[in-house]
Parts: sequence; structure tokens; C-alpha cells
Amino acid sequence: MSTPVAQPRARRPRPYHARPLTPSGNLRRRQRISRLTEGGMIASAVIAVGLLALVVYTVVVRGASAISFAFLTQSPQVVGNGGGQAPVIVGSIALVLIATALSMPIAILTALYLTEFASSRVANVVRVSLDVLNGVPSIVIGVFVFGLLVAGSHHQSGFAGALGLAIIMLPLIARATQEMLRLVPLGLREAAEALGVSRWRTVFGVLLPSVVGGVLTGTVLAVARAAGETAPLLFCTGIWPNGVSLGNLNPFAHGVANIPVEIFTLSEQDDPHSFTQAWGLALVLLTFILVANLLARTALARSRRVQP
Amino acid sequence: MTDVTEPQPPPRETAPRPRVWIRSDAPPDAPARPSAPLAGPAPSVPPRAERRTAPSGEVVFDTRDVSIAYGDKVAVRGVTLPIYRNLVTAIIGPSGCGKTTFLRSLNRMNDSIASFRLTGRMLYHGHDLYGPDADRIEVRRRIGMVFQKPNPFPKSIYDNIAWAPRNLGMRSGLDDRVEQALRGAALWDEVKDRLKASALGLSGGQQQRLCIARAIAIEPDVLLLDEPASALDPIATAAIEDLTQTLKDRYTIVIVTHNMQQAARIADRTAFFSVDSGSGVLVEYDDTDIIFTRPTDVRTSDYVRGRFG
Amino acid sequence: MSSIAAAADGFADRRGSRADRIGDLVLRGLCTLAALLAIVAILAIAHQVISGASPAISKFGLGFIGHTTWNPVTGVFGAGVALYGTAVTSAMALLLATPLAISIGLYLALMAPGPVRAVVGPLVEMLAAIPSVIMGFWGIIVLAPWLQGVDPRLHQGLGFLPIFGTADRTGTGLFTAGIILTIMILPIIASISRDLFLTVPSELQDGAAALGATRWEIIRGVVLPSTASGVASAAILGLGRALGEAIAVTEVLGAGNAIHGSLLQNGDTLASKIAEQFTADVTPLEVPAVFYLATILLVLAVVSNLSAHAIARRFDVATAVSR
Repeated sequence: MSTPVAQPRARRPRPYHARPLTPSGNLRRRQRISRLTEGGMIASAVIAVGLLALVVYTVVVRGASAISFAFLTQSPQVVGNGGGQAPVIVGSIALVLIATALSMPIAILTALYLTEFASSRVANVVRVSLDVLNGVPSIVIGVFVFGLLVAGSHHQSGFAGALGLAIIMLPLIARATQEMLRLVPLGLREAAEALGVSRWRTVFGVLLPSVVGGVLTGTVLAVARAAGETAPLLFCTGIWPNGVSLGNLNPFAHGVANIPVEIFTLSEQDDPHSFTQAWGLALVLLTFILVANLLARTALARSRRVQP
Repeated sequence: MTDVTEPQPPPRETAPRPRVWIRSDAPPDAPARPSAPLAGPAPSVPPRAERRTAPSGEVVFDTRDVSIAYGDKVAVRGVTLPIYRNLVTAIIGPSGCGKTTFLRSLNRMNDSIASFRLTGRMLYHGHDLYGPDADRIEVRRRIGMVFQKPNPFPKSIYDNIAWAPRNLGMRSGLDDRVEQALRGAALWDEVKDRLKASALGLSGGQQQRLCIARAIAIEPDVLLLDEPASALDPIATAAIEDLTQTLKDRYTIVIVTHNMQQAARIADRTAFFSVDSGSGVLVEYDDTDIIFTRPTDVRTSDYVRGRFG
Repeated sequence: MSSIAAAADGFADRRGSRADRIGDLVLRGLCTLAALLAIVAILAIAHQVISGASPAISKFGLGFIGHTTWNPVTGVFGAGVALYGTAVTSAMALLLATPLAISIGLYLALMAPGPVRAVVGPLVEMLAAIPSVIMGFWGIIVLAPWLQGVDPRLHQGLGFLPIFGTADRTGTGLFTAGIILTIMILPIIASISRDLFLTVPSELQDGAAALGATRWEIIRGVVLPSTASGVASAAILGLGRALGEAIAVTEVLGAGNAIHGSLLQNGDTLASKIAEQFTADVTPLEVPAVFYLATILLVLAVVSNLSAHAIARRFDVATAVSR
């Protein structure tokens, strides 16, 4: 009979809390899943930025060849491929200016109404209306303006197009103004009131000046949006009876050439020269819009940091 | 019986030796100085026959000369503080002395702050909490935390408690686990009929007990309580305080509180932090009775008698 | 607010000069008029569109919605093809854009370090600022040729699904339109989602983290559930945008007169059909039918807009949605 070999004393398992702090149980798998999703989130941001870069790159590369001083300042030649796109650019500027002149005062007054004068029920209806107006597709706005001003009179009208743009800009400026007005502390209004200053003097002397920056920023954003809108202008400015020239800009008499519709029209034609012109216009438009957006948003961000 | 770890003497360094000693060691070079006679009333420490001060002496957290900084600001400096198993350790001190910062470092909750830096050694059962092998999720699994303001999830009571166990893969016996957790937090009787109701419908005190139940449902080793009763009314506060006495049988509890009386009532050991040239430092750490009746440092006695805020 | 107005009015009565009182009245009147203009505008739009459509409505009734012929010669029109195209492209854009946008929102709100967030956030918003005509043009020149190569492969790989049944070789079609729409509504949903995720209290996230949860578990368990209704509202806003997009879609669609099962073939959407008709020669017979299309589109857009706000209001979501 062999002597029993001395067994080593059984080691007691270490209690879990005293085990090393490396992942235990299912933690490794959970970490893997979490890392996967984090990678997905980063990838999605890369995709978004990549898409932006792709589109901007295309516009810049293809449009750069079209841009020249002549492009920006000359009218197209009636025959042949020469000349520039000045009337189109000027036309867009004109339309947007008219639209801003139409929409900005009304938007500011509306915002004043909502923050200073309205009872909550009426204010709600107005607010909802503004939101709905914001959500109306621009093609429907184009149809509206067409039916209102163009169909009956049977002639195109740049003014009608500008009206359509104004409808698009209205809710944007109104909302921006409203947000700015809300930020003005109540104390300011109460102080003016305590001094016996009348309402309208308070508004024009105190309130509006304090929100000027924000309102302008909101307007710039609205302008950038309107500058790129095509649908409201399709019906009103599609045909220019006398060809395109700088002298042809009376918005009430007939349509006004503008960048988005011109790009649209050129894109439907199937020749490289048209495409180049279209890319050139696209570059001008996109540059304006992106720069305007950048400036406006940095201004907004800076003002938000200053506000409490 | 688990292994007993004796704390090592603090490493030799040129900075002034922190005034920390435990009952079994006498400081080798403590100057013979009469303890300051108590000039005014100190919060009374209720005689508790069952108060234990260092039953096994096992150290859960071995904190050695830990300094914590956010960027340039040093929040906590040179803290050496061993925390013992199955005791309630209170951390008291004026605001800005780094108590919460220190507490949150114990379960690596400060990691999310970009400029956070910790120097010194923080050992948990002998393992370096901030070592390269330590996984912060694993750390939080074992070291739970309850926050100052109750923060129940916008889910049902049941789902609040069952959420973390489900993540951990504990899917069987969930009902029992939830019940045990709620019983451990002294909340079961109040909510057992409405486990599916939203947790947001509970009162503040109940929500905080729910948060405690949530924390103990995953069977941690330690519970860190960051001023858990400061947002609660006195009755709810009393309920939380009673809980600490029952929970310490199973968990090691570290509680930060700005309420000295609370520390006197519930803590076995108390650490007093204070502000010294812009950073928090550990001034004194001892049995609660001693801190409140015969403190050694004049700053401690000033504080416990309300001489400064 | 109105109590201050009342107090101010009372004050003016006692102390203000006549000019002040007149000024106040004029201002109040102007503001009220301006505000009412918003309501008037919507009513006018609805009225104009519906009355323009009334000859077609009385002629075709509600059957117009299902009818799939569009024949200017015989004067028989139906919205079926266009409705199908709208439904399909918008659904595709919604399905593709929403998860991607939520991902982007999560990244910007919870993962991106400060400087990265400050740059990438505005960049995502810039994507929304690109005008539809440029997106459409890019679609024809860059996307369509690329999809010309991809479509057949989609058909080969996924052809068992009816939506990839057959493939025109043009690169244009409903699928291309769907991709363009996806790109266009992505930034709206992403920006609103990001704002929503930023409102989730850090105490809730801390509480979840303290329970030993991974970042994904915190997102899945706390962040997403508490913002679900807001994100849904944002998605529906994006849907409304997709429904109404005319120009970009027109440019990437070829001529499509029938409903095809496959997305890889051509078709029409409500918005694009309206746009087409007004750039081509329009017979007098067609005009009311086109107005009818516009009416349907208006109804769809308004309903989705109101639903988005109703969801946001009902679940008490922060004003991030009303951008």
C-alpha cells in the first residue's frame, strides 16, 4: 500500500471583489459592442462631413473654370457662347432685396406682437400659423403665387417671385426676432414703464436696438435661404420676352432672371457649355450661402455665449 | 475569514507627514502636547454599544499621498486615508475642501473630466485603481455610488433596479433580485404593489432609497454616498441614516456629508478635510468619538464646534 | 406679458401725452395686423390652391388620388404615379436618414471633444444650407453616373426584393431621388437630435455610469428613451421636408409615367410633377389637375408638420424642435 502523497491544501477561491480589476463576466463582450457603436457614430459624422465636402468640392472644381471677371459683369451674348451671367446675378440680388423689404418689417412686427401684445390664445394660433407656413413646400408657394398674380394676368412677374420668397423668409425672421426679444430681460421693459415711457417709445428706443444684432443675423440666414430657392421663381420668371440684358429688370413688367432658375434651366440642357455656366453660377451661389451661414452662425454662437 | 492587509507606513517624503494614525499605531514622533480643552459643546456622540471601529482592520481602499488636480487647480493634496471594510467612514469638512472630488475618484467617476489628474496611489483590495490593467467599468461595478440629488431613470421602479443587472447578464431570478434590493433599501413594503409604476412618482426620500436599491442590486462591494440626504427632509434623512447602519454589514460605506451631526450619528470613523492654501487636505482621521470629543488638531476642534464654515 | 401691456396702457392714460397714446395704438394695430397676416397667408395659400384645383376636383373627385394615367391629350389625369413616387422616395429617405442622423447627433452631443464639436456641428448644418437646385445638379452630374454602375449590382445582389427588381441603366430614378432626399433631410434631423441629446441631464448619465454601464448601454438605456418622442418629431419634420422637395428630385428623375415596382426605374413625385408641368408647356386642361396635385401635397405637408409639433408638445419636449 503506497503512502498517500501529501496533498497541497486546497486554495480558497479569492472573493470576487478582491480579484484584479480587469473586466469580469460579460464585460469584455459589452465593451466590444460599445466600441463598435462608438465607431459607428464617428463613421456617421465622417459621412456627413464627407458628403458636404464632396458636394462643395464638385461645385468648386467644376465652377472655378467658369468664373472670370467677365462672367460676373457681362451679359451673355445673344448669339454664341460668349459673355457672362451678370443679369442673372443682378436679378437674384434684386429679387432677394425686394423679398427682404417685404418680409422683414412684417416679421419684426409679428414677433413684437407675439412677445409684447398677444394674449396666449391668439399668440398660439399665430405661432402655429408661422410654423405651418414654414413647413409649406416652396413648390406650393410657387403655385400659390402663380395662381395669385401670374395666371390671371398672363404675364410673368418678378414681383410675384419676390413675394413667394418673402413668404418663405417671413417665418424665419419672425422666429429669430422672437427668440432675441425673449432674451431681453423683463427688467428693461419694467424700468422703461416705471419711467412713464410709452410703449412705442420703449419698443423703438430700447427693445429693438437691443436685438438688432440677432435680428440681422436671422435675416442674413433667411436671405441665404431665399437666395437658393428655385420653386417659387419657376413660374414667375421662366420666360424673358426680350432676351436677357441688364436693362430688362423691371420686376413688375415681366420676369426677372435669377441664379437658381438659371442653373435649373441650364442643367436641363445637354451641352457642356451650359453645364459650365451652371457650375459657375452654382459656385457663386454656394459661396454666398456658405459664407453667409458661417458668419451668421458664428455671430449667433458668440452672442449666446455672452448671454447668461 | 479573508486575508488581512496591514497598511504600509506612508512612504518617506519631504512633505509634512499627514496627521493620520490608527488606534493600533502610535505616531512615532508625536509631540507631547495636551489636547486642547473643549471650550464649547461638541456634537454629542451617542453611546452605541454596537459601534465597531476596526473589526477586522481589513483595508478596502489604501489611499497613499493622493493628489487630484483639474488642469492647474489642485483640488486635493497629499491625502493618505485607509478605508476599512464594513465600516461607515464619513468625510466631513467645509465646502470646497475636495470631499466630493476625493469620493468620486474612488470609483473613477472623475475620468469623464478631461483635465482630471490623479497622482499617488489608490489601491482597492491591493489592486491599483488607476493602473493600466484596471477597467473603469469593472471598477464601477464593484464600487457603487449614490448621488446628492436622487436621479432615478424615467422608467418603472422595477426597471430602474433591473436595468443594470440585465446589462450584466443577470437575467434569471430578476424578480427576486429586485425584491432583495428593495428590501435592503427598506423600500419594499412601500412599493411592492406598484413596481410597474414610474419611479418619478415617488417622493424624494423614496427616490433616494430607490437609488440605493439600484446600487445594491448588482451586489457591489462598496457604497459611496455623496451627501445622500442633503436634498431630503428630516424624516427621509433619518431613514437614509438608519439604512447606513444596516447596510454596513454587507458593504463598506463611505459617506460625504456637510452635516456634522449626521457624521456623529452614523459614522464609525470620520475624516476631516479642510482647505489649505487653495487645496483640500486631510487634517485628521480617526474614530468618530475621538474626532468629535478629543480631536488632536485645532482645526478639527474649531470645525466641529462650528467656529468656521 | 399682457399684464404688463395692461399696466403700461393704464400708465399711459394717466401720464402719457396724446402723441404717446396714438403711437401706442398705432404700434399695437400694426403688430396685430402683421401677426394676422401669417394666418391670412396660410388661408390664402390654401384657398388659392384649392380653388385652382376645383375644376379638377369636381371632375375627378377623390378617385384622382388612385388613378394612374396622366394624359394631356384626353384630359384624363390621376395622382397615382406621383403619389407612389412621393411615398416611396420619402419613406426611403426617412428610413436611411433617421438612424444616420441619430448617430451623428449622438456623436456630436456625447462623444465629440469640444473643438471637434464646434467645427463638425456647423458643418452638418451647412449641409442643410445647400440649395436644392445645386443638390439636384450634383445629383445628375455626379451621383447618377456613379449609381449607373451601382444599380446593376444592387439588382444582382438584392434583386429578389421587388424594389430592386429591374434596373434602368440611366442612373436616374426613384432610388437616386431617394438618396438625394436622404442627404437633404439628414442635417435637419441630426441637428435637432443633437440638441435633444444635449438636454439629457448629466445626473441621469452619471447614475447610469455609476452602475457599471458601458457608453452604449447609457445611450440605449437613458439617452435614447428619454428623447424618443423628440427624435420622432424631428424625423417627421424631416419627412415633411422630403415630401415637399421638388427641384432636386426633378433633376434626378427621368420621365416616368407609370408605377414600376423597382426603385431603380423612373417615376414621379407630387412635387416634381408640379415642377415639371410648370417648366414645360401646360395645356389649360392640365392646370387644374396640377393644382389638385399641389392641394394633395399641401395637405400632406401640413399634416406632417402639425403632427411633428403635436408629438413634441404632447411629450413636453424642449423648444429645440421649433427651429
